[in-house]
Amino acid sequence: MTAVEDRSTEAPEREIGKARRRKEDARLITGRTTWTDNMVLPGMLHLSVVRSPVAHAKIASIDVSAAQQSPGVVAVYTGRDLAEEQGSIPCAWPVTPDMVNPGHPSVAVEEVNHVGEAVAVIVARSKVAAADAIELVDVDYDLLPPVLDMEEAVAEGAQLTHDHLESNTSYHFVFDAGEAGTGADTDQAFADADVVVSRRFVNQRLIPAFMEPRSVVVQPQGDNFTMWSATQIPHVLRVMLAMVTGVPEHKLRIIAPDVGGGFGGKLQVNPEEVIALLVARRLGKPVKWTETRSESLMTAHHGRDQIQYVDIASDREGNVKALRVRLLADMGAYLRLITPGVPALGAFMFPAIYKFPAYRFECDGVFTNKVPTDAYRGAGRPEATFAIERAMDELAVELGMDALELRRKNWIRAEEFPFTTVAGLEYDSGDYETATQQALELIGYDELREEQRRRRESNDPVQLGIGFSTFTEMCGLAPSRVLGSLSYGAGGWESASIRMLPTGKVEVVTGSTPHGQGHETAWSQLVADSLGVPFEDVEVLHGDTSVAPKGMDTYGSRSLVVGGTAVVKAADKVIAKARKVAAHLLEASEDDLEFENGRFSVRGTPGTGMGIQEIALAVFAAHNYPEDVEPSIDAEATFDPVNFSFPHGTHICAMEVDTETGMVKIRKYASVDDVGTIVNPLIVEGQMHGGLAQGIAQALYEEAVYDADGNLTTGTFVDYLVPSAADLPHFDTGNTVHPAPGNPIGAKGVGEAGCIASTPAVVNAALDAVRHLGVRDIRMPLTPERVWRALYEGGDGGDRATAGTNAYGGASTETTAGVSTDASSLGGDR
Amino acid sequence: MTRINVRVDGVTYDDDVEPRTLLVHYLREQLGKVGTVVGCDTSNCGACTVHLDGAAVKSCTVLAVQADDGEVTTIEGLAQDGSLHPMQKAFHEMHGLQCGFCTPGMIMASVDLLRENPDPSETEVREGIEGNLCRCTGYQNIVRAVQQAAGEMRGGARAPSGDGHVSPAEVDTAAAPHVAGAQS
Repeated sequence: MTAVEDRSTEAPEREIGKARRRKEDARLITGRTTWTDNMVLPGMLHLSVVRSPVAHAKIASIDVSAAQQSPGVVAVYTGRDLAEEQGSIPCAWPVTPDMVNPGHPSVAVEEVNHVGEAVAVIVARSKVAAADAIELVDVDYDLLPPVLDMEEAVAEGAQLTHDHLESNTSYHFVFDAGEAGTGADTDQAFADADVVVSRRFVNQRLIPAFMEPRSVVVQPQGDNFTMWSATQIPHVLRVMLAMVTGVPEHKLRIIAPDVGGGFGGKLQVNPEEVIALLVARRLGKPVKWTETRSESLMTAHHGRDQIQYVDIASDREGNVKALRVRLLADMGAYLRLITPGVPALGAFMFPAIYKFPAYRFECDGVFTNKVPTDAYRGAGRPEATFAIERAMDELAVELGMDALELRRKNWIRAEEFPFTTVAGLEYDSGDYETATQQALELIGYDELREEQRRRRESNDPVQLGIGFSTFTEMCGLAPSRVLGSLSYGAGGWESASIRMLPTGKVEVVTGSTPHGQGHETAWSQLVADSLGVPFEDVEVLHGDTSVAPKGMDTYGSRSLVVGGTAVVKAADKVIAKARKVAAHLLEASEDDLEFENGRFSVRGTPGTGMGIQEIALAVFAAHNYPEDVEPSIDAEATFDPVNFSFPHGTHICAMEVDTETGMVKIRKYASVDDVGTIVNPLIVEGQMHGGLAQGIAQALYEEAVYDADGNLTTGTFVDYLVPSAADLPHFDTGNTVHPAPGNPIGAKGVGEAGCIASTPAVVNAALDAVRHLGVRDIRMPLTPERVWRALYEGGDGGDRATAGTNAYGGASTETTAGVSTDASSLGGDR
Repeated sequence: MTRINVRVDGVTYDDDVEPRTLLVHYLREQLGKVGTVVGCDTSNCGACTVHLDGAAVKSCTVLAVQADDGEVTTIEGLAQDGSLHPMQKAFHEMHGLQCGFCTPGMIMASVDLLRENPDPSETEVREGIEGNLCRCTGYQNIVRAVQQAAGEMRGGARAPSGDGHVSPAEVDTAAAPHVAGAQS
């Protein structure tokens, strides 16, 4: 039983809702696509980057003479050589007026502030020649103690990450609902509350770990430059590179060819992109840089990394009264594109789906001698969701209530939408109860609870737990005026244009640049329905600033919601223009024309009519068209949403915990998500799966670990555990559909949902399995070691890297950095 | 430099290579076989998987000189006479790829898996491809694709064995009218 074949209708089938197989696949399953690293240009030179092996030091001297003599080496540049022209990696999100930004040179000039920071660039005839010369560059470092622990970093008298700054705090961001007029006085609400639960959660540092390593190619042509880059944001990159390097924007063309995943990790202006442009400009030759995986894990931006102090207040009956959140958010050593904005974006999502009368949020952005953090799938919202969904479970335990019952008591009811939250957001639509009911059925809840009871009563060494996450997120980034009010440096609109070709084929140009999401397929479905043309007749163009000159690119689950809407609005304009031409050619009044299934016909006159594809030919010939219009039915549109969209869902995880070994295993995972209208169910399901995998990976596997000297000890895929097929369960996913009222498609966004929702469901499930054994918390990722420690030693399982463990690389190599700190000599942990 | 003679996707090459040259670099840089990609430097990700003398190898873990007198098949040589391999078709049909970067290696590893086990269960597929990392799909549709291809290659239209999980086509049935209803 397939939907597609069984639904026979007279009219052409609607494309929206159809499980179209992807247009993109043909080139990807045959190995015939263009990744940036595939580019080969005549005379191309290759770059390699000499990187700091220490976390914090002054650069005393750099001797590049031996490298310059190395066979095949054309040039070697240090930070000092590039200092006049490299500017600073831009930060587009000054979240507070007094935010401190230390500046971020692409190549370090005087000091290095994290392991892996670029200190010199080698240009050579071949990739191997460039790589071979790296070890010939001799750098003398005057070592400084590294700042690695956020709680120590904000303490009085702490060591400084940047010694020219007064402290390690970049900014202090506050949202107070009482002050904003969206809620009651938080302190008073806590003072009046019957029950207050306070917790400290660690949302560990993660690495986006896109599969395609970053790569950039620059070709100079006179005073013009073409850059190919494995980036999510060719349009943003073009503006930023122009501002940073002084290469005029109109002399710079950026192309993102097929890009192998990003997950926020390629939402960046990378030092290496600046370097490649500067070197190509200096030498007048095409250059290429492609990173190794180790470089990628060590130097591409990381994500998450917050310490969260959460206080939640309620009455005895479980009605929540107030929420207070204080964050320490690790910026790393520098501020990159939206580093400071990530926790600020999350600020508004901690109240989640619950009707808190009072809310206060405070966040310190903290510098440490680690690679900068920035966007990673969800960017602020997974952290918020984790904290609130964990806190709701903690409150339920304190009250002796069922975790789901507590949620139900406090969540926004279906009839209350649109609902303005205590954080001032207007949630658009949804039904949390229905999604929850469906998820309970999907997972077989009652049976699992029964099994849990049996295992508890029999003291089974393998205990079973069930965890919930009833989440929402804000998507469709973003209303430009709201971004402005949050001090973001750009807007959140999206652009599209439609070109009607003489043969009736259609070119759709989108400013939303995909990197695996399937825009070419989904946009074709949108346009096929709007214009009534065959799906196959639509070609979607993107990712090249010369072809698609305007755009804000792909992140924040925005593409369909904002970019897709721009496409639909452009199609509306095409139809409006074509209507005038059709009226002229059919010798009818525009008012008498109806447009259906791609044809204009005169109302009440069967058999007459003209297809929009024929009109495209007619205006190409332009022999006969109305006098007051241009001979074209092409159109473009820019869409700026008025509000965010708010997907939601209920995720339930059933987890087995082996109490003898600490091994955890997901027994079943079910989710029911409302992402609004579904344009392509296949793509939506795929996005859910991928998001779930990454959210589960945060709970169970992934953590960027630094040793006491500031070395990343998870710098390869041997140590940084991106899960394999064998590490993940089967997902049972479903949907409810409440169309988003804020856009004509009704879509809410799906790219981040699984990643945002799943993490707390998994941790809550593990805790539900062992809470009766006295375990109150287990730090992520839930390694067997941590789970075992939490069971047998108490506490939350502690840091992953402690002296003597493999994860703690510094214990046996305390002198790698040449400095012995208190922590390193004692085998302290991070 | 060392002289090697190797047959790649049906064409014989006679080339000088540095002894340290990895097979994947030889394929990409000397032969222009850029369909095979490099995803890591520790042989964990499997993106570079090709067949050497009929068996899957991670071509970042094989020296080019080890392929001397050998026969290599890359993703570019998998389709025969202009028609896709059943595994390629199944990845498309089951939406077993998103960004597509891991796909060449994943397909080549999966073909090799079916050579050893023509009718794998869900668990056997998951374990069989655990040397290949995908960051986009969560693997579920890859598992479906491998089982679908297995069915086709066994010559029957038999449903994938073992897990009893629904195929995407069945999932669509539920979702599509839902959406149409919400829109109208």
